[in-house]
Amino acid sequence: MEKKTPILEMKGITKRFPNVVANEQVDLELYPGEVLALLGENGAGKSCLMNVLAGLYRADEGEIFIQGKRVEINSPRDAMLLGIGMVHQNFMLVDTMTVAENIILGLSDLPFVPDMGTVSKRIRELSERYNLQVDPESHIWQLSVGEQQRVEILKLIYRGAEILILDEPTAVLTPQESKQLNRIIHQMTREGKSAIFITHKMEEVIAFSDWVRVLHKGRLVTVKKTSQTNPQELARLMVGRDVLFRLEKKDRNLGGVALELKDVQAVDDKGLPALNGISLIIRSGEILGIAGVAGNGQKQLVEVLTGLRKTTGGKIRIFGEEKSNKSPLEIINTGVSHIPADRIARGIAGDMSVANNLAMKCYRKPPLAKKGILHPKRILDLANRMIELFHIHTPTPHTHAKFLSGGNIQKTILAREIDACRGLLIAAYPSRGLDVGATEFVRNQMIAQSESGTAILLISEDLEELLTVADKIAVLFEGHIMGIFRSNEADTERLGMMMTGMKEGIGELRD
Amino acid sequence: MRIVFEKRKTLSRKAIFLVPLFSFFISLLLTAILLAIFKTNPFITYAAMFQGAFGSWPNFTETLVKAIPLMLAGLGVLIAFRLKFWNIGAEGQLAFGGIAATWVALFWSSFLASWMVLPTAILVGMLAGALWAGIPALLKVRLKVDEVLTTLMLNYVAILFAEHLYYGPWRDPKGFGFPGTPPFPEFAWLPRIAGRAHLGLVFAIVLALVIWFILNRTRLGFELEVIGNNPSAAQTQGIKIAKNIMIALLVAGALSGLAGVCEVTGISRRLQQGLSIGYGYTAIIVAWLAQLNPIAAIFVAVLIAALLVGGDQVQMMMGLPAAMGLVMQGMLLFPMLAGALFTEYKIRLIRPRTSGSLV
Repeated sequence: MEKKTPILEMKGITKRFPNVVANEQVDLELYPGEVLALLGENGAGKSCLMNVLAGLYRADEGEIFIQGKRVEINSPRDAMLLGIGMVHQNFMLVDTMTVAENIILGLSDLPFVPDMGTVSKRIRELSERYNLQVDPESHIWQLSVGEQQRVEILKLIYRGAEILILDEPTAVLTPQESKQLNRIIHQMTREGKSAIFITHKMEEVIAFSDWVRVLHKGRLVTVKKTSQTNPQELARLMVGRDVLFRLEKKDRNLGGVALELKDVQAVDDKGLPALNGISLIIRSGEILGIAGVAGNGQKQLVEVLTGLRKTTGGKIRIFGEEKSNKSPLEIINTGVSHIPADRIARGIAGDMSVANNLAMKCYRKPPLAKKGILHPKRILDLANRMIELFHIHTPTPHTHAKFLSGGNIQKTILAREIDACRGLLIAAYPSRGLDVGATEFVRNQMIAQSESGTAILLISEDLEELLTVADKIAVLFEGHIMGIFRSNEADTERLGMMMTGMKEGIGELRD
Repeated sequence: MRIVFEKRKTLSRKAIFLVPLFSFFISLLLTAILLAIFKTNPFITYAAMFQGAFGSWPNFTETLVKAIPLMLAGLGVLIAFRLKFWNIGAEGQLAFGGIAATWVALFWSSFLASWMVLPTAILVGMLAGALWAGIPALLKVRLKVDEVLTTLMLNYVAILFAEHLYYGPWRDPKGFGFPGTPPFPEFAWLPRIAGRAHLGLVFAIVLALVIWFILNRTRLGFELEVIGNNPSAAQTQGIKIAKNIMIALLVAGALSGLAGVCEVTGISRRLQQGLSIGYGYTAIIVAWLAQLNPIAAIFVAVLIAALLVGGDQVQMMMGLPAAMGLVMQGMLLFPMLAGALFTEYKIRLIRPRTSGSLV
């Protein structure tokens, strides 16, 4: 292979956050006209590395070279001047403005009254050249997600970007739009531009990229030429472990069916299918883990089970009773508890006291309330009991919940939901963002609950958590269950492949 | 040296109490500067204002007269504000309550026993206020229509409707052209307890206590607090958001409606021009200064009423514009809003370190 000068080189990038090392000594090389795929689990440090490159974060250590010259990137503006542009997962567009207006927004050399005619003409030229069909005059709110993405890419090209960073670009796209994006990227590389894209989907790595770099827990694990590797190898590298520590669990006698889903379907907020026929069963005393990369229907699955979203088909039975499309209250009354994925946004009321937050599920009934009148003393007693039992660190029970640390907020939610739980617990990412001690506490609490007969649906992006805590693991990909395994028989490589949408070798387990 | 705001670990209880107090003193200071520009001695002016509002029993009862509608409408506003429902329609709810009470007082005595007219007027007036708040509430929960616009615009509808009535169909034929309805029959008068201060004072105090209890000691109050704080958490916990917003806003409207009922049956004893002198808007200031606490609202309403009455006094005695009272109200609100920062943050001074090289 001939030795070209890389257009971009990152050397020994290290980025630390309080308690976490997001990137450790990561190297990266990108050659003109090539596409590099960054592969890794959630939290592997891919987005962090790209944010360093785009000027949003500053690396603690390491150097960046552009065309062999060492550069300092202190702001997105610096990055832009160096020809680096990033398309974020959440688009940065102003809905009420036109495509052309959005594209020139923030340009530094703009005259007081921009000549929109010339701008539009230039945009038309560029969109023709790169196959990026968008009308410069239309307003952002009129465009589909795929079109909005094209506007983001156009914006970067208009500003002269040579290196495009695409953060999970296909996560929001339909399959047709993904194919179109592939064509666009190839057109750009033919023109000499380069791209880095972050993804979880194996087939895209194969279809889009020339090189693959795999990150695991902030470190670079491997660099491969895409043509010289295969999905199996990449999946194993991404998941990053062969030997697993297993937590000893007592043998349990499973009870009756607590939760049964039959061909459940639902759509997301944009009306696109999110759950495409989910069928599963959880028995009392059993923990079923849902593995998969976030955004493959986990959110919608939790929402249909807790009454926050309507199903568009199929049946949900809780303790044998039909509970599809019931209100959240009806579902709570059947004894279902819910640890929400977004604990600040959904789990607590920050300006209310810890005591009131702890009472938030059982304030309706005696002993906390009688005929609609609350009993403050009993609420306080309950709070004190739970604060002790779950080791919640709070100055007083009257402290507003928002003053607590993330781990203690999660313990508050856990305490409330476990205390109110009567047989079925839906837990979404219960240990996300917690330190080691709090994580262990949360996991042990769930195991203890299942031993006392609770059925638990555990959604997690941490395979280790699933393998140690869950009895069975179902892999969710694009709204389908790819397979269900006993966790002590699960093969990480196969799990990794299924999480990225590879279907071969499915060893389904029928209960 | 750098000054930074640091988030407190807990809410400062002291700040909750001290901020309004300090705000009051700052507003006195700021207004004093203004008065000095007018070449007026601020101390004499303040003394005159105090004298005007509290100096004699008749003066004090006049302060109460103005405080009563502020208390009732203030309660209505604060209930809605606790839900982060920005009800600025107390003025219209008050006017519509007054219109409805007038309707009962003038026209229902033909088929109602006379002792029943006043209670009926109160009830119908409250229902009318509730209706006037219920419309924007329903639009909000069903269609997500912004309540700031709807409540504000309905104010003009109610006020202009009242005007239409006392200039047109309900105008007193013996009124020598004065814009107003005929006076109410005596049995439709709200009893006065001291000077012109009427039974509305008792209503306001009792209702403030009842509302405090509902907000702090009942399931409904708990649910309202969660909704106001984090609607998504409320939804997750199975709390019915739309229903609760409707209940709260109907109550809020009924309270402002009652303020209107008391004005027409207790003070003017007819519907006439100047039914409300912006009580519904001033009630917003009352609610904020009381930090949405119903008990505090009673005292704050008296204070604000004192500023209004005192402002009238300095106009009469010292030839200053009566708007001086309104200026003070405004001056009171600014430091208050700024001071709210201190309940959650504290100020810390950071001395620069001499060593260390930041790239």
